[in-house]
Amino acid sequence: MTAHSTRLAPPPGISPGFLARRRLVGLAARAILFVAASASVFVTASIVYVLLSESLDFFRTVPIVDFLTDTEWTPVFARPHFGILPLLSGTVTVAAIALLVAIPLGTMLAIYLSEFAPTKVRETVKPALELLEGVPTVVYGYFALLFVTPLLQRFIPGLATFNMLAPGMVMGIMILPYVVSVSEDAMRAVPKALREGAYALGANRLQAAFRVIVPSALSGITAAYVLGMSRAVGETMVVAIAAGQNPNLTFNPLHGAATITAYIVQISLGDLPYGSLAYQTIFAAGLTLFVLTLAFNVAGFALRRRFREAY
Amino acid sequence: MTVLSATPLAAIDYPALARRSRRRDLAFAVGGIIVMLVAMAMLASLVIDLAADGLPRLSWDFLTSFPSRRPARAGILSAWVGTSLVMLVTAVIAVPLGIAAAVYLEEYAPRNWLSDVIEINVTNLAGVPSIIYGLLALGLFVYGLGLGETILTAGLVLALLILPVIIVATREALRSIPQEVREAAAGLGADRWQTVRMFLIPAARPGILTGTIVGLSRAIGETAPVITIGALTFIAFLPQSPIGPEFPFLNFHWLMEPFTVLPIQMFNWISRPQVAFHANAAAAGIVLIAMTLLMNGLAIFVRYHARRALR
Repeated sequence: MTAHSTRLAPPPGISPGFLARRRLVGLAARAILFVAASASVFVTASIVYVLLSESLDFFRTVPIVDFLTDTEWTPVFARPHFGILPLLSGTVTVAAIALLVAIPLGTMLAIYLSEFAPTKVRETVKPALELLEGVPTVVYGYFALLFVTPLLQRFIPGLATFNMLAPGMVMGIMILPYVVSVSEDAMRAVPKALREGAYALGANRLQAAFRVIVPSALSGITAAYVLGMSRAVGETMVVAIAAGQNPNLTFNPLHGAATITAYIVQISLGDLPYGSLAYQTIFAAGLTLFVLTLAFNVAGFALRRRFREAY
Repeated sequence: MTVLSATPLAAIDYPALARRSRRRDLAFAVGGIIVMLVAMAMLASLVIDLAADGLPRLSWDFLTSFPSRRPARAGILSAWVGTSLVMLVTAVIAVPLGIAAAVYLEEYAPRNWLSDVIEINVTNLAGVPSIIYGLLALGLFVYGLGLGETILTAGLVLALLILPVIIVATREALRSIPQEVREAAAGLGADRWQTVRMFLIPAARPGILTGTIVGLSRAIGETAPVITIGALTFIAFLPQSPIGPEFPFLNFHWLMEPFTVLPIQMFNWISRPQVAFHANAAAAGIVLIAMTLLMNGLAIFVRYHARRALR
């Protein structure tokens, strides 16, 4: 693009004024586009700033050690406790159930789509999965509370109305398309030569898939799991609707327990005065969530990049 | 492969081995198809469940009534008007900003640390849970800038939320334009901005359109960030109309008015104990899911046709 910067005499019929104007417009456009691109950095910066500044106020009142070790979360009680552990246990349990559903189903489906399915099936199934991804989460919440829970209660008599099992399972179905699409991309990116080499050695499709393709794509597939985990941890409406709102230090999926996200929703629904301690708790909880998902995302993207570099 | 080395080659029953291989492949393929059908069955049962609960409530009156304490008279008028107005704000902010950022990153950005920072930042933003955006809006827009719990705040936060979607889609569209187009434009004497404006943006239009539709359909279904900014759930009035009777025929008072949106209305009805309200929630869910599925379907259609046109 050096041609633009060299100043030749304008061709006949083009006034020098036109070229000068064009140069100005080009520079202005470049500046505006740069500002737009930087806006995304500004968004991240303000997220970090808002979370940190409100949390710092919070940690001035509540020691950070209490926050991380106290086993009770009762911020609006007369004698409040601010231990994040009960919210974390709920978050982790629901996310674990979601992954128990999404990982086996997602991996199997991804292997099928990448190694077995005819092109036509793949071209039909992938958009259909995208549709599944487009369903609003509040609808999944309705489904978990008013369809899956009553259904499960027929088989598990002790299941509470608000429990972690149903939202976990529904969330698993919800992140399934994402896990499938990321891990299928990873498997399809394995060079054809490896696949053909396996076939030449006499492997059938199943052997080629499990002994060559999956090991080669392993870091890409792991990335899909980690990024799926990040989504499950940050998902809000399904748990806010179906997992209950009581902070509860338990890993038993048959009980209800509030997650970090559900707590933030619960507090936001009430009318908390700006600047109060309870108002600040949602930012402290949000900061915890942000750090968690950021760690998962960074790990996931690093795995994905390492996988891409390998080929 | 150990089997091969242990047995003399001549002693292998090749037809039997081939049959066994084919059987195993088939078994796995059937497994894959079953998983796929399970996922589809979940989507189908979700839609059927919603339809069974909500269709009887769905009527013209339901679309043209305000929410009410009596479930049989409640409707979603203020919700869908609110959703439309919020989406208008979201689109007006996110689409130009997203396209501009993508054009900068793809066509202008020099290879330096600043571009890397922006690049990594956009990827990470896409993984930030939506409720964190809600906290950002609560701290920055509602209290920091004093915008309050208004349509403008909701439109802004949803715009930031879908910005990565539009950026990624536009970048992919720009990347898929052959380099020859840029070279030909330069050969005709266009400078970089003219190339972008006259050749690249028009060629990338289907991709940009797809990304915009997918992003907006995601914004329509988003509940958590809008709850966090404290959107009221009982709104029995409409904002002022954006189009006025007298000159200049436009007004912007509606931007600063309280509102409700469809997913919040649905969430509100789900959280009530009375079963009659659950039917309302299901009916609102049908409207919501119909909107998002239609938009996603439209996006898939646009992309499919754009791909066919390229061949």
